[in-house]
Amino acid sequence: MRVLVCVKRVPAPGAKINITEDGQSVDATNLGHTMSPHEECALELAVQLIEAHGGESHVLTLGTAEADEQCRWAASIGISKATLVDAGSMDWDPQRTASAITDSIRSIEEADGGFDVMIFGNESADTGGFQVGVRVSRALGRPMVNAIKGVEVDLEADGKGATLEARRETDNGFEVYQLPMPCAIGVKEGITWPRYPTMRGRLASKKLAVDVAVSDAVPGGQMKVRLNRPEEKVSETVILGHGSEAAPAVVELLKELGLMS
Amino acid sequence: MSVLVVIEHDRDQLADASLEALAFAADVAAQLGVDVEALLIGVDAVSLADECAAHGASTVHHVADASLTDYGPDAYGGAVASAAGVLSPSAIVASGSDRGNEVLAYAAAELDLPFVANCLAVKTADDWEMTRVQWGGSLNEEARLASSMPILSVASHAAEVAEPVTGATATVQTLEVTLPESATATMIQDRIVLSEGVTLATAPVVVGGGRGVGSAEGFEVLEALAAKLGGIVGCSRAVTNNGWRPHADQVGQTGTRIAPQLYIACGISGAIQHWVGAKAAKKILAINTDPAANMVVKADYAVIGDLFDVLPAITDIT
Ligand SMILES: Cc1cc2nc3c(=O)[nH]c(=O)nc-3n(C[C@H](O)[C@H](O)[C@H](O)COP(=O)(O)OP(=O)(O)OC[C@H]3O[C@@H](n4cnc5c(N)ncnc54)[C@H](O)[C@@H]3O)c2cc1C
Repeated sequence: MRVLVCVKRVPAPGAKINITEDGQSVDATNLGHTMSPHEECALELAVQLIEAHGGESHVLTLGTAEADEQCRWAASIGISKATLVDAGSMDWDPQRTASAITDSIRSIEEADGGFDVMIFGNESADTGGFQVGVRVSRALGRPMVNAIKGVEVDLEADGKGATLEARRETDNGFEVYQLPMPCAIGVKEGITWPRYPTMRGRLASKKLAVDVAVSDAVPGGQMKVRLNRPEEKVSETVILGHGSEAAPAVVELLKELGLMS
Repeated sequence: MSVLVVIEHDRDQLADASLEALAFAADVAAQLGVDVEALLIGVDAVSLADECAAHGASTVHHVADASLTDYGPDAYGGAVASAAGVLSPSAIVASGSDRGNEVLAYAAAELDLPFVANCLAVKTADDWEMTRVQWGGSLNEEARLASSMPILSVASHAAEVAEPVTGATATVQTLEVTLPESATATMIQDRIVLSEGVTLATAPVVVGGGRGVGSAEGFEVLEALAAKLGGIVGCSRAVTNNGWRPHADQVGQTGTRIAPQLYIACGISGAIQHWVGAKAAKKILAINTDPAANMVVKADYAVIGDLFDVLPAITDIT
């Protein structure tokens, strides 16, 4: 089978996220880059599906040329092919992003054959637009469900054709979808437990030929004006004490809050 | 003209987030000088009409298509797009939940219009201006929107639910929609119930553990205190990454957002991605060896010390 994973390169902030002076982006000085944990799990899922069913996995990213690093990371854990749509920016709006990704998938599929499963992260770590996967899937005419935390692929589901069972977490369990393949899912962290690259994987990733594409997709209707840090309530922290001697003060607090009698 | 609110429900159980969406829509509608109307999808969902009226919807449009007995994103998104065609609302609003965002993404894709997810505030003008959530709540984005029919979801807790108007009854209008042929492919086929009762999202007390807990076994001291308080154990991503707890226990941007009366954060440094999942807690008590840890600085209360000394001492006398 053929599996595609879409990932987005983002800065990896620490305890605080700083904004550049012009308010246009996260100040990434001294920061490394990463992708959303949702997408790390998506890559792992693709590798597992290929291990179980055979075939080929492909990673696709849209962003700046530096997203080459995320393609190579994907290869280091076992993804076989990579396409980078060089947008020269990390800031394309959701409609433009979806349209560029759709075009890119069409040309990959023309060359290599259709994808049985396309995997997206539930939402990107930074802009969190919650829509690129759905837009791409609709444009390509494939069913898509988001917020998925469990999958099982059945390539010969009794006469129904290949089916992907997708599970979404609810307050008390799961709801289950049965998607006819080819299909798409948006996954959440926890669906898999990403492996670390092996030495062999790292070496192989250096040799990966990342296919760089460009796009003439036009901007959509949503425009970023600037970023702000949300106001935080600043409260003095009341120090209840040090070590085990603080226990009585904690119990007082629990009583005060009505959490014990 | 109206602001049309897509009501989220699960087999006719109203989702609380829908009330926030109605409250948010009331503000948008007031700016535009139009009414709030609700869209109820599903044959039996009409039972929710009066509740929608009590929360500000003047008219309820009911989609009673027999194939819509359960949820499916394509079916719901298709119904919204079709309703938009018939009703020509000034804007479409839903809650910024898994389902709300998914349905609006489907509808926006179908209508070929922008969709702005997780808004905190909106100013209506020729180009609408909105404040929306980025980085799971760590940052806000000021955005501008050029659209003939703004479609937006409401970030969790962005609007305060208004007191319901007692005795309100809705004007219900049945709405015929055309659903996409593909709709059946994404309908819910089954449900699996794993646990009833307290969940991380609804627990009154959450005892959270981070890297400072050191091992899976280390969580016993957290479990012991949680049990005494009728609470539940949560954790940071450092913990799930180490395989000490399942991901279902993770609090944060890519885990669960909690809102307990008290969050006791033990051995958690308070990285921004963890904080955004914990900040809706009414009170936070940090237990940490490092008085300068972000969690300690931001918490309402703190105990400075080793969690393996502090927690058993508390549990002993509760
Ligand atoms: C896109 C993205 C999404 C993310 N999503 C999430 C998320 O959903 N949830 C999440 O939690 N993280 C998330 N993270 C990761 C986050 O940035 C942090 O890495 C993580 O929260 C750190 O976990 P921690 O506080 O347990 O560990 P650390 O940062 O290592 O902190 C350990 C703390 O324990 C204290 N300590 C050590 N020993 C003891 C002891 N014996 N007694 C008391 N205190 C002790 C230390 O002083 C320290 O403060 C995300 C990251 C990214 C990039």
